[in-house]
Amino acid sequence: MLGKLDWSAIPFDQPIPLGAALIVFLAAAAVLGWISVKGYWPYLWSEWLTSVDHKRIGVMYIVLAMLMLLRGFVDAIMMRTQQVLAIHGPGYLPPEHYDQIFSAHGTIMIFFAAMPFMIGLMNFVVPLQLGIRDVAFPTLNSVSFWLTATGALLVNISLVVGEFARTGWLPYAPLSETTYSPGVGVDYYLWSIQISGVGTLLTGVNLVTTILKMRAPGMGYLRMPMFCWTSLASNLLIVAAFPILTATLAMLTLDRYLGFHFFTNEAGGNQMMFVNLIWAWGHPEVYILVLPAFGLYSEIFSTFSSKPLFGYRSMVAATLFICIVSFMVWLHHFFTMGAGADVNAAFGIATSVIAVGTGVKVYNWLFTMYGGRVRFDTPMLWALGFVTTFTIGGMTGVLLAVPPADFMLHNSLFLVAHFHNVIISGVLFGAFAGFTYWFPKAFGFRLHEGWGKAAFWVTLAGYILVFAPLYAVGLLGMTRRLQHIDMDIWAPYLKVAAFGILVMIAGAACQITQLVVSIRRREELRDDTGDPWDGRSLEWSTASPPPVFNYARLPQVENEEPYWTVKQRALEEQSPADEESYEPIEMPRNSPTGFITAFFSTLIGFALIWHIWWLAIVGFIGAYATFVVFAWRDHGDYEIPADEVARIDGERKAAELAWLRRRERVA
Amino acid sequence: MTDIDSRIDEDLDRRDSAPGEESITEHEPAGGLPGYLLGFGLAILLTIASFLAAQTGLIYQPAVISALVVLAIAQMGVHLVFFLHLTTGSDNTNNVLALAFGVLIVTLVVLGSIWIMGHLNQNMAPMSAHQAEMMP
Repeated sequence: MLGKLDWSAIPFDQPIPLGAALIVFLAAAAVLGWISVKGYWPYLWSEWLTSVDHKRIGVMYIVLAMLMLLRGFVDAIMMRTQQVLAIHGPGYLPPEHYDQIFSAHGTIMIFFAAMPFMIGLMNFVVPLQLGIRDVAFPTLNSVSFWLTATGALLVNISLVVGEFARTGWLPYAPLSETTYSPGVGVDYYLWSIQISGVGTLLTGVNLVTTILKMRAPGMGYLRMPMFCWTSLASNLLIVAAFPILTATLAMLTLDRYLGFHFFTNEAGGNQMMFVNLIWAWGHPEVYILVLPAFGLYSEIFSTFSSKPLFGYRSMVAATLFICIVSFMVWLHHFFTMGAGADVNAAFGIATSVIAVGTGVKVYNWLFTMYGGRVRFDTPMLWALGFVTTFTIGGMTGVLLAVPPADFMLHNSLFLVAHFHNVIISGVLFGAFAGFTYWFPKAFGFRLHEGWGKAAFWVTLAGYILVFAPLYAVGLLGMTRRLQHIDMDIWAPYLKVAAFGILVMIAGAACQITQLVVSIRRREELRDDTGDPWDGRSLEWSTASPPPVFNYARLPQVENEEPYWTVKQRALEEQSPADEESYEPIEMPRNSPTGFITAFFSTLIGFALIWHIWWLAIVGFIGAYATFVVFAWRDHGDYEIPADEVARIDGERKAAELAWLRRRERVA
Repeated sequence: MTDIDSRIDEDLDRRDSAPGEESITEHEPAGGLPGYLLGFGLAILLTIASFLAAQTGLIYQPAVISALVVLAIAQMGVHLVFFLHLTTGSDNTNNVLALAFGVLIVTLVVLGSIWIMGHLNQNMAPMSAHQAEMMP
């Protein structure tokens, strides 16, 4: 009846996961109880959970990403403290638990923190920057989000029901085959990644279509903001690369469930093929994560230097160059697997070449600041922290691209320090920069500057304190994923790294304080103009928060910086551009399709993990029925009447006029 | 950007249409019912030709595989032109680019994997004839 599931799945004998699960459960129950007591459920259901508005979905993506970021961070804290406490001793985490923690840390950080954060930012910003009203397929967008949430939920269920994979964040075969991983850990990994992977792929299709087909009138390809270009490249990579991941994991699933032999040791299987295929996805994946960040850094450097982006066309070229070449370097993740010198040399050279594209971008950012009037607001601080530390991470990457050096350094903490160095400054700082930069657009008030700056400096210091010693201890020969340590020479470095993680905890505390303080003092931080940073692209031309239809009338784009042009013209003529007539607007109706599909997908995933076949069938039927009901719906759209549009837009125009008066007085 | 450039951009942009949106019946050999019938006929013909090549002695035996590859590529071409309405017209830029990108990625991944996997034993210690015999 319940497959493999019974009471032994709950780890009653392990206090740490049980305690953690209890805390999470109590916190979730408290939040749900608070919502019920306050009676927020109808509002939450009709305005958020079933929303197909790209802005709301973007916000929900980012909320999910921040929760998962905290979960992954707790795993990181446990690993750092374990390695300090386990010098000549057992530490406090037994090996089978420690292995689950580093696997969960990587899986959660990449798939459920970094990906949703970047996709959330793209979802929120891209349609606004393109000057349009929604993405190409709004309901599909909601389905994508909820499938990602399903994956995150399954990973977190594994904390208390059963176990998570002990194989690392990429379940290398044959360790992940049933011979060596008989438990449900790898199955949790497989189904949560497969379900959320479908969501990611659909997002890719959605955003590529949106960017290629739905730009505002006059916005040719070479007038798109840089963030839209990098989003296009990133989503093209999603569409091209995620099917490889899905296929590879499907083959591993067949091995585990139906006794196939794709990646086993015996019966003609080849475990090397798993490593090859998983990295054919895995390398493009790092560019899927970092390209949107590159785009938003470009926006930030240009806005806070009060200058157009330097070398716009070379930036576009570099982005597309990275998009293609990212598919030619995947072997550098396994130089030591046994290929000959010419293969290793070819991929080593390709790896060095891809750094040229990033180099072009770094110089363009520096030249954007050169001669500009640079303002050091929080988003700009994150961007500056990025460009300095990311360059170091890039350099160690070029070092690792040399195969003979890689033979010395692979699987060491030097490698771990390298990829954290690029991914934290590249993606995480990018996420924080974008969050601070676009927060006023989403909610109509700024984040508190003082706490934001504190969060930046403390996080930067902690980040250097953690990973500088890891570079050094990697050069001293320490390999990654060690559960206990017997070498005294490594001890001081690990202690510095553990101190660094304490500083990073302080940084995270600053971030949370910033959010709480900003919400409590939102009236004094309010921004009426919709343009708190003196921005240059279209999203700053509408109100903050934007109305559901984004733009009362679609903007006419004349050059690369449409809003900057409009602003300058308004200042010259001393009056805002007048828009006389309004037309009714059709917007897509909210739909619970995404939420219900995700509910059934959770059933499917959980049932397949525990071999509860009847429940899986129920889930499949339910998900299919949901799709059929949606496909046969009668009314997909509703109309906002013209005078309602005029009323909403009137408020924005009043604010614009007030802004102009203020600028006049200053001048 | 000059005025002429931007006008060309907008022009391309407006005429570019997604699969299913374009008016396929206009002056195009693959348009309308006759187009589908022609495509269907060609596809059947190519399928029959493949079976003939494989199962009869019409073709010089060592060349059969090459013949099948050529026929398969022709089959893909028929499908793209007659059923997916891929043309070289300016209203089809996105679709052609998408196809090119897809072909490029598949080629890179497939050829790269074959190359990598074929190279895997390079760093193994050399085996004596006796050891080689003992291999499974």
